[in-house]
Amino acid sequence: MSAKVHVDKISAWYGPKLAIQDISLDFEEHSVSGIIGPSGCGKSTLIRCLNRMHETIPKARVEGQVLLDGQDIYGQPAVSVRRRIGMVFQKPNPFPTMSIYDNVAAGLRLNGVRERKKLDQAVLESLKQAALWDEVKDSLDKSGASLSGGQQQRLCIARALAVKPEVLLMDEPCSALDPIATAKIEDLIFDLKKDYTLVIVTHNMQQAARVAETTAFMYLGKLIEVGRTRELFERPGETLTESYITGRFG
Amino acid sequence: MHVFQTLRGRTRARLRATPRDLVFEGLSAFTALSVVGLLVLITVILYLAAAESIRTYGFGFLSGSVWDSVSQRFGAAPFIYGMLVTSALALLLGVPVSLGIAIFLSELSPPWLRIPLTFIVELLAAVPSVVYGLWGIFVLGPAMRVYIEPGVQAVLGFLPPFQGHPIGSDVFTAGVILAIMIIPTISAVSREALLAVPDSQREAALSLGATRWETTRLGVLRYARAGIFGAAILGLGRAVGETMAVTMTIGNRAAFFGSLFEPGQTIASQIASRWLDAVPPLELGALIQLGLVLMLVSLFINLFARLMVGRFLRVGEGAE
Repeated sequence: MSAKVHVDKISAWYGPKLAIQDISLDFEEHSVSGIIGPSGCGKSTLIRCLNRMHETIPKARVEGQVLLDGQDIYGQPAVSVRRRIGMVFQKPNPFPTMSIYDNVAAGLRLNGVRERKKLDQAVLESLKQAALWDEVKDSLDKSGASLSGGQQQRLCIARALAVKPEVLLMDEPCSALDPIATAKIEDLIFDLKKDYTLVIVTHNMQQAARVAETTAFMYLGKLIEVGRTRELFERPGETLTESYITGRFG
Repeated sequence: MHVFQTLRGRTRARLRATPRDLVFEGLSAFTALSVVGLLVLITVILYLAAAESIRTYGFGFLSGSVWDSVSQRFGAAPFIYGMLVTSALALLLGVPVSLGIAIFLSELSPPWLRIPLTFIVELLAAVPSVVYGLWGIFVLGPAMRVYIEPGVQAVLGFLPPFQGHPIGSDVFTAGVILAIMIIPTISAVSREALLAVPDSQREAALSLGATRWETTRLGVLRYARAGIFGAAILGLGRAVGETMAVTMTIGNRAAFFGSLFEPGQTIASQIASRWLDAVPPLELGALIQLGLVLMLVSLFINLFARLMVGRFLRVGEGAE
């Protein structure tokens, strides 16, 4: 397996405040990588540096490189980077004034796809991939906001998948969901890695253990340790990691 | 909601116990209800004062196209028409500009420019309408006659509304003045609506690879459309009733117009310009009946706006 995304000495600031410091890390193709750590450790900031969302916040700043297939994303237009690296957010954020269909088709329409047949096909595929098709196939013209929280999050996943990104970033995708909806999303993550490179930020260690092949542990803006998930949880190399996963802080 | 209701229930129960609060409650209820009373009173008095005119002309008043104090024939149609045309023109010109201002202020403007610019736009609302009128007569009118109207005519002159000889003191000028006057209202209310859009909506669009304009269109404008619509209707409400500036710029001819470059009259400007010379009792009554029509139109616009905003456009609240 090769590194799809190579993070090279990334630091990020909010105004004068340093949020993450000098992080280097690889994410392998067709695998799920987890990032864990206590609140405020910078894991969300890190993931938002991977598709240049960090810089959309006023006064935010990034230094370092992120290579996607060997090319620095900071040397390309942010818009085209985000079309290759999709993102799912903490709180489901479908477009409430759009139908379910239009939500999924939104990204394609941005790319200039107008052909009804192509859109239909992509909506069908994406909703199936997001394991939502069976629940919404008869109500595609209903508002995206009419769905339950878990369904909304899967709709957001479908929306992100529709533009066929190569990498899918998930920023605590289950933190606003109940256990049943969470289980559905986790199953989905497992299926998606066949086709995508996934990076998932989670504050839930069990979740990382369940879905991720490799896990990175962050603390106070620094990367403390990264390794095979199983090894990281069973034989952590750093005392900090051990204290965190055994619940001594966090 | 539920918690709030119980809390309020409790507060109310406690309030009943003390007489001083009872007095306060009564006073505050009185002021609130007196507004309703005032509205009813105004309607009734207008109706009574217009009674003779209403008896004489009935509903034919609305469709009558002549206003002639010599033959004592009075009809409201040209003024209703003038009001609709100037207001539509004001919205057509004012809404895009206001939206541009609102988008710039909420989405694009660097922070240091945001506050002074917002303040200046709101200052526009504080300019007295008679000052707009003066400006219309001495600055805008001549400019319209010499530059703008011939320019518009050069492009759109093949359409009937843009034919004829531009005079500068006409329906088009009044529409432009109205547009300027409703910009502060529409842009301020739209800006609020845009600012209320959660950032998660912008992020949703951005993460799909949307450009700045696409993000605004997809994530912001759509979400805020109910608020923007409400803003436009508020602006319409102001345009419909605006009197002074229109009276001073529209040219004051009590008849239908076929071209925007002809003088006309709105309900409000007809009342204002005829008031002093009106021949009692019938013409005076007819003017008051015009006032009644204007008031009903304004009420209807406001009701319609509330209905639209409340029922049809507020889709999916709670989703962020």
